[in-house]
Amino acid sequence: MRAVFVIGRFLPVFLVLLGIAGCREDGEQRQAGEPAPLRVVYVTHGQSSDPFWSVVSNGARAAGGKLGVEVEYQAPLTFDMVEMANLIEGAVASRPDGLVVSIPDPAALGRSIGKAIEADLPVVSINSGAEAWERIGTLAHVGQPEYEAGRTAGERMAGAGVRIALCVNHEVGNAALDRRCSGFGDALSAAGGEVEVLAVELADPAETRERVARAVATRPDLDGLLTLGPTGAAPVLAALREEDAIGEIAFATFDLSPEVLRAVADGEMLFALDQQPYLQGYLPVVFLAVHAETRAIPGGGRVVRTGPRFVTEENADEVIDLAAEGVR
Amino acid sequence: MSPGALLSRPGVAAVVGTVAVWALFAVVAGPAFRSVSGAAAYLNASAALGILAVAVAMLMIAGEFDLSVGSVVGFAGMALLLLTRHFGWPLWPAIGATVALSAAIGLVNGLLVVRTRLPSFIVTLGSLFVFRGLTIGLARHFTGRTQLGGLDRVEGYELARVLFAADVGPFRASIGWWIAFAAAGAWILHRTRSGSWIQASGGSAEAAREAGVPVDRTRVSLFVATALAACLVAVLQAVRFTGADALRGELQEFRAIAAAVIGGTLLTGGYGSVVGAALGALVFGMVQQGIVITGVDADWFQVFLGAVLVAAALFNDRLRRRATEAG
Repeated sequence: MRAVFVIGRFLPVFLVLLGIAGCREDGEQRQAGEPAPLRVVYVTHGQSSDPFWSVVSNGARAAGGKLGVEVEYQAPLTFDMVEMANLIEGAVASRPDGLVVSIPDPAALGRSIGKAIEADLPVVSINSGAEAWERIGTLAHVGQPEYEAGRTAGERMAGAGVRIALCVNHEVGNAALDRRCSGFGDALSAAGGEVEVLAVELADPAETRERVARAVATRPDLDGLLTLGPTGAAPVLAALREEDAIGEIAFATFDLSPEVLRAVADGEMLFALDQQPYLQGYLPVVFLAVHAETRAIPGGGRVVRTGPRFVTEENADEVIDLAAEGVR
Repeated sequence: MSPGALLSRPGVAAVVGTVAVWALFAVVAGPAFRSVSGAAAYLNASAALGILAVAVAMLMIAGEFDLSVGSVVGFAGMALLLLTRHFGWPLWPAIGATVALSAAIGLVNGLLVVRTRLPSFIVTLGSLFVFRGLTIGLARHFTGRTQLGGLDRVEGYELARVLFAADVGPFRASIGWWIAFAAAGAWILHRTRSGSWIQASGGSAEAAREAGVPVDRTRVSLFVATALAACLVAVLQAVRFTGADALRGELQEFRAIAAAVIGGTLLTGGYGSVVGAALGALVFGMVQQGIVITGVDADWFQVFLGAVLVAAALFNDRLRRRATEAG
């Protein structure tokens, strides 16, 4: 009897949990006869607390709101492919109408994504995975082809007169970043210039600043610098200010941050390459909604490109306002 | 046996809790959670944690903590990939070496704790940092990367795949390892002399020593066991995902302790259950996947998990108290 009594005392706890979890279902009560809305689940490697991924998630939700699609966003607590594979399996078990995944590690995730495809679930991949999506078999890939993005950056720099440049890579071995540098190098070579890769530690901005400052001081022929993300851009910007080399050395970066946008607006940086994460969230919902109705999907075996777009001194102020709203 | 006495047995409360959480999601998440693929989703997600939780619970019953298990998962996985892909070893000798390395880590943890009399919380917190750092440092030193793949191209992979990564329908092989590990742990704890030693060591170490229980030896062996459990998880994941990542296993040490506590193991030692810990891991997996299947964003997973952890601990505590009061 006592045992029953004890269990009874914990019933309210379970009821509260039940209530919290039940909120979603209360919210979706609708008129009889109305078709159930499509349900699309995102499983990515980016926590929604990460500014980049929160823009992706905002894009997905906005598209869902406009098209009447229910959007759910899942990501592991840390960069953990095992956990992400589990989340994909859970999402597949919930039988959504569409699945959207990023593929940062094709070897680790291929099997779980393959299971979703085998279960006849329409899957669209976004962001990482431009080189693996066709092999894995997702319907479409929405993202930025990294080699081409690097080459575009190189062409733009060459156009601004740059010949000898450094590609500052904060994560050598990350295939996507290596491809950005090689595209950049090929474009400058084509223009008669050359690019050297400078490997730096993401975790050690002080050393990055030091090494870039040394390179700037000892190599008078150096006239261009490209970093592969805002985390790499900050110490490089500091080094250029320190060496009083702003304006002499053309400096650009991949991806946006408030600091990068400010520097571009102030003319300290030549440009920033925006891969427009908002579109990486928005477009898959559109594609899956159209696919559900008509089976139509972008074709041609190419990545649906969300970038690169250039943010320069001319449009930086506008982008700063949009970034504050979480859409750029 | 009265219901009170039955419920006071360690592990039985965990069964009640597991059924309650299952029932909760069976209602809230709907038929998808009750389906075979739903079951596979949460069992697959629980298996690795379950293996860790079983070993960690036994160590906790003996009165010690091991916070290094998550880091050892990352370290052992990376060691396996470095030996095979960077140094060109065949897979099985590399697995052997990884097992030996992991056992050595457990031995050092254990010896440091029993020799220095420092709290195991501190000693293994140190190992948590040391081995996570070594994993990242060594991987970058040898290969310049923190993510290694291509284990499926190593000699001996086929046999390993059958043993560690084969699927039965939607269910992963790791579920079998989890059940086997829990069964072995439960048998040792409840049916062997070592099991009595484990419980005695955690109850009152001094009294146990006077009664002739080899407390230190028991504890050191359990530290080795937790490191070996971490190694098994590392091998299971490396073979399944054909690679290793320097961040793998992060936070698993706390999840394993949480699973043990949900399963009725006391933080203060001397009391607990292996089956309970295995079920605690299952609760973890059910909450995680139940939330995904319900359609609540994973952002909320930690909120639910924290609530379940405290609710379970309260539940276990009340049950035990009522049982002792009822005499």
